[in-house]
Amino acid sequence: MADNVQIHLKKIDTYRWLMPREGGMRTDGMVYADERMMGAIQKDQSLQQVRNVAFLPGIVGPSLAMPDIHWGYGFPIGGVAAFDEEEGVVSPGGVGYDINCGVRLLCSGLERTEVQAKIRDIVDALLVNIPSGVGSHRKDLKLEKGQQQKVLQKGAQWAVEHGYGSWEDLEHIEEQGRIPDADPDLVSSRALERGRAQLGTLGSGNHFVEVGYVAQVYDEGAARVLGLAKDQVTVIVHTGSRGLGHQVCDDSIRVMLQAAQRYGIELPDKQLCCAPIKSKEGKAYLAAMACAANFAFANRQIITHWVRETFEQCLKRGPHALKLSLIYDVCHNIAKLETHTYGGKERRLCVHRKGATRAFPPHHPAVPAAYQESGQPVLIPGDMGRCSYVLVGTQQAYEETFGSTCHGAGRVMSRHQAKKSAQGRSVTRELEAKGIYVRAASMATLVEEIPEAYKDVSDVVDIVQGAGIGKKVAQLKPLGVIKG
Amino acid sequence: MGYELVEHTADIGIRVWADDAKGLFEEAARGFFDIITDIKNVTAQIERTVTVRGSGWEEVMVAWLTELLYLYEVKGLLFCDFSVAEADRGKVKGIARGERFNEKRHSIKTVVKAVTYHQLEIREQDGRWHTQIIFDI
Repeated sequence: MADNVQIHLKKIDTYRWLMPREGGMRTDGMVYADERMMGAIQKDQSLQQVRNVAFLPGIVGPSLAMPDIHWGYGFPIGGVAAFDEEEGVVSPGGVGYDINCGVRLLCSGLERTEVQAKIRDIVDALLVNIPSGVGSHRKDLKLEKGQQQKVLQKGAQWAVEHGYGSWEDLEHIEEQGRIPDADPDLVSSRALERGRAQLGTLGSGNHFVEVGYVAQVYDEGAARVLGLAKDQVTVIVHTGSRGLGHQVCDDSIRVMLQAAQRYGIELPDKQLCCAPIKSKEGKAYLAAMACAANFAFANRQIITHWVRETFEQCLKRGPHALKLSLIYDVCHNIAKLETHTYGGKERRLCVHRKGATRAFPPHHPAVPAAYQESGQPVLIPGDMGRCSYVLVGTQQAYEETFGSTCHGAGRVMSRHQAKKSAQGRSVTRELEAKGIYVRAASMATLVEEIPEAYKDVSDVVDIVQGAGIGKKVAQLKPLGVIKG
Repeated sequence: MGYELVEHTADIGIRVWADDAKGLFEEAARGFFDIITDIKNVTAQIERTVTVRGSGWEEVMVAWLTELLYLYEVKGLLFCDFSVAEADRGKVKGIARGERFNEKRHSIKTVVKAVTYHQLEIREQDGRWHTQIIFDI
């Protein structure tokens, strides 16, 4: 275990820091941060993790770190690494336990003032309608035998087929809400069991549903293309693949520990265990990961349907009046086979994004038809007290970071520190004073998620914009939030 | 024999020590459930025999705690007391005692997603066993 190794950094410009290749590193590291952010990043072991990822075979380009990077396990959270399809590896630790944890954004035909007056009703009803926290699920969503396998194969498409949302929604989801080549036979019975009662559940921790509004527009043209305007009401859903994904990762790590040994891959940290992409183990992981990713797409799709129903209930208006339409849905814990040009050559790469978001530029074929002119929408949630951002992907991100950018604010305080700092305070009352009504299934979660436990997402987004690997379109501010 | 919490930016961990391997597994399990719930409110009413296999101490430790996590998450069982009868590099067998989760009496402090291998190392030094385990939460 290579703990506490001296990390050397060379400042390239205001937003870029090079970690030159040394020792067992096969490539350089590259960290996106400004001077101040770098100070925060250096407080934990995340840079050590950027270095460790550079040890893995077949890595193409630098081991990348976004400004919201923080200490994960194995790969850092906020890390991006691409591997050659022929010579490189795939690592479950490069995706994380919450496979296809992601964010979706809905816009509406509602103005801020219309919703502000009803926010308590809406948030209270969301907490009733969307199972949040430990062990809760809706009795009206029961999967019949064989259906769970279908969910894993079809993702959000399964949800739409079963009445959750519309076919138009699918156009506005990364991969149309369905990652191909998902093989449910490669998902263990344990994973199926852990996932069975968790489809259509929010979970806990940092997962949430947030009702907010467009507080500021930075790019009128792109905002128009995305369908966003000042003071318009929006909804963000942040959740993932729940226990099913956690178990798929866990099962795969066990397999990969053996595989790494067999293929003679030296690991600076066991959590980085991996196998060649084209090996039996590599292919099996990608096929099981696709299942978990599809489960997560279905999960967010089902929750979206309940968000729409909740608004209809509380505002006594039909879907046509509410116009709660899906702007986009992004994955921020995923590995994908993509084609990129690197070093002047077109290459098939397995791009790992762990706590990072795909950010493809205008006119890329994977970007929905409606967003060809703006670029792919990128959704960056902040903490529950400040704000969130909508960005679009850029050509520079495509060329420099394999079409990737940041994913959120990134924690600065451990959960224990957050708890200590919140002692004797009423977090709900503090947020209410700022006009944000928060309900949580668990008070413990709420306290751990206090705004100051996170970096200011505005700083993170300014860095990616400054570096050119994302472009700000709009800022969203919360009105009401439910947490797990 | 004992454990303490380890600070980690996004997640949480425990540092565990004991006089022998069996004790290390028992104490790690206790520390694990202390993260999940207020362990003082859990009483030993039912028991489950848990047997796990792996290759190497680290793998067996992750398998042991992951099995307990499964019994909690899927079967709704909280444990407070553990006795390990066998512990070696390939296998751990023990009994976990506790009760069914009851909303009225038990609070869930932390939802643990997984037991990680991150920086996991089990060491024996001067007749004492040590480890540190990071959980994904």
